[in-house]
Amino acid sequence: MEDYIIELRNVYKSFNSQKVLRGCNLKVKRGSTLVVIGRSGCGKSVMLKHIIRLIRPDSGNVFVYGKDIWQLTRKEAQEFHKKINMVFQGGALFDSLTVGENVGFELIEHENMSGDALYERVEEALSLVGLSGIASLMPSELSGGMKKRVALARAICTRPEIILYDEPTTGMDPITADSINELIRGLHDKLKVTSIVVTHDMKSAYKIADRIAMLYQGQIIAEGTPQEIQNTEHPIVYQFINGLSEGPITETVEQFR
Amino acid sequence: MFRKVKNDLFSQFQQFIYFLGGLTNLTFQSIIWIFVPPYSRRRIFEQMHKAGVESLPLVSLIAFFIGVIMAFQISYLMIRFGSEMYIASIVALSIVRELGPVITALVVAGRVGAAITAELGSMQVTEQIDALETLAANPIKYLVVPRLVALAFVLPVLTLYADIVGIFGGWAICVLKLGISSRLYLNITFDSLLFKDLFTGLAKTIFFGMIIALVSCYEAFNVEGGAEGVGKATTRSVVTSFILIIMCDCFFTALFYFIFP
Ligand SMILES: Nc1ncnc2c1ncn2[C@@H]1O[C@H](COP(=O)(O)OP(=O)(O)O)[C@@H](O)[C@H]1O
Ligand SMILES: [Mg+2]
Repeated sequence: MEDYIIELRNVYKSFNSQKVLRGCNLKVKRGSTLVVIGRSGCGKSVMLKHIIRLIRPDSGNVFVYGKDIWQLTRKEAQEFHKKINMVFQGGALFDSLTVGENVGFELIEHENMSGDALYERVEEALSLVGLSGIASLMPSELSGGMKKRVALARAICTRPEIILYDEPTTGMDPITADSINELIRGLHDKLKVTSIVVTHDMKSAYKIADRIAMLYQGQIIAEGTPQEIQNTEHPIVYQFINGLSEGPITETVEQFR
Repeated sequence: MFRKVKNDLFSQFQQFIYFLGGLTNLTFQSIIWIFVPPYSRRRIFEQMHKAGVESLPLVSLIAFFIGVIMAFQISYLMIRFGSEMYIASIVALSIVRELGPVITALVVAGRVGAAITAELGSMQVTEQIDALETLAANPIKYLVVPRLVALAFVLPVLTLYADIVGIFGGWAICVLKLGISSRLYLNITFDSLLFKDLFTGLAKTIFFGMIIALVSCYEAFNVEGGAEGVGKATTRSVVTSFILIIMCDCFFTALFYFIFP
């Protein structure tokens, strides 16, 4: 029990009449990297937002550090958010702030850092994602892939204990994508960060995952080590990881509604 | 047909009640967050500058013309009655008690409120507001509180300024066009204005400022559907602010009528 740092218990969530999560159960071990796969629109981002306390479940509970995150007081919730960060699918950089102010946001706001100390930390985070020297640019001057990497730098800048990555390598060239995978792997190995990574790219998934889980129709239908997933006999998982258009998954996103 | 209209009205009414509930909730939360440290003076000053200093040209222009228009309309009536002496006091009273506050509030709602909804609304659709929360910065503390404090402070100041410019507009017409002596006009103006006129005029604008800030932030936080949604929310924010400002004005006018007879 103590070992599981994140746990979703029977989470249900609908938007209007659209049922997105329907009894989602998930456990993540401290210090491990879980990769979540699933078709686009199946609710992976919604699931991440449940873990980071942005979306409240209709029913069911989310436990992080063994505590129901919706029972936290305001102070505890703020402390919680200092320990957990998320890389949003679209980056979600603050477009009124410079790249440097974005990356150093938590240092500026919560630790009153400024000047050289701040600059050093920001540059360190930026160089980890291969973008040193752009701290004074505005986000609007960056390409999509660069924005994503800056968002990544922002998420790791304060060295949080848990990081959620929503499609961190989508829209990047293969070489950059691989170095991002290395970075995620490195954070896991060196800093013992607990990560959940949403991705469509099975190659990255095998590379960085301790465990892989598949989300389908609002539930985790399979969960296991990369080996187990690779040799799966589950027909839906098999179809997905091999990218086949023929198989049990036939409905389009439209028919979900 | 009749039933459809009835159902539409009912659902509109329902939506309005729902809106008021959400707005009340935001109001209470914002007021609590005002008193939670740390206090960011920099962000408040930034918003004061945006809302106050940058509104000065438009407020000057409109207040001046309102003063001119009032002077013409009132002098038309007063000359008919042969009581030109009252022009100055009626212009001053109507501007200070009513026109200055309302016109300023409407200008700020159109200019500043719309900009707030557009800015925060696009932050909402690009998940920047979610990102704030995950970076342990409460969006209400970080975004709403500075705007609320700034507008509640800026509106009375802008209104006082608009009152002065409006009275100047009236003065210009009466002195230059109608040939009333400048000193007489100013004497009558200051004699007819009581402290309570100025006080009731300015006090209510604090609430107008709060309405503008809260409505425009509330609409922004509830944007749905991308860029189109931001556009719709911006329109709704201005229209709703107008309605609530007028309702609030009516309430305070009635209240002050009985408190300060
Ligand atoms: N805030 C929201 N309001 C309404 N519907 C939403 C909201 N967020 C997500 N959805 C819906 O939930 C479904 C899952 O979305 P998402 O989690 O983003 O999918 P993905 O697995 O591609 O990340 C989508 O059909 C989307 O339309
Ligand atoms: Mg997604």
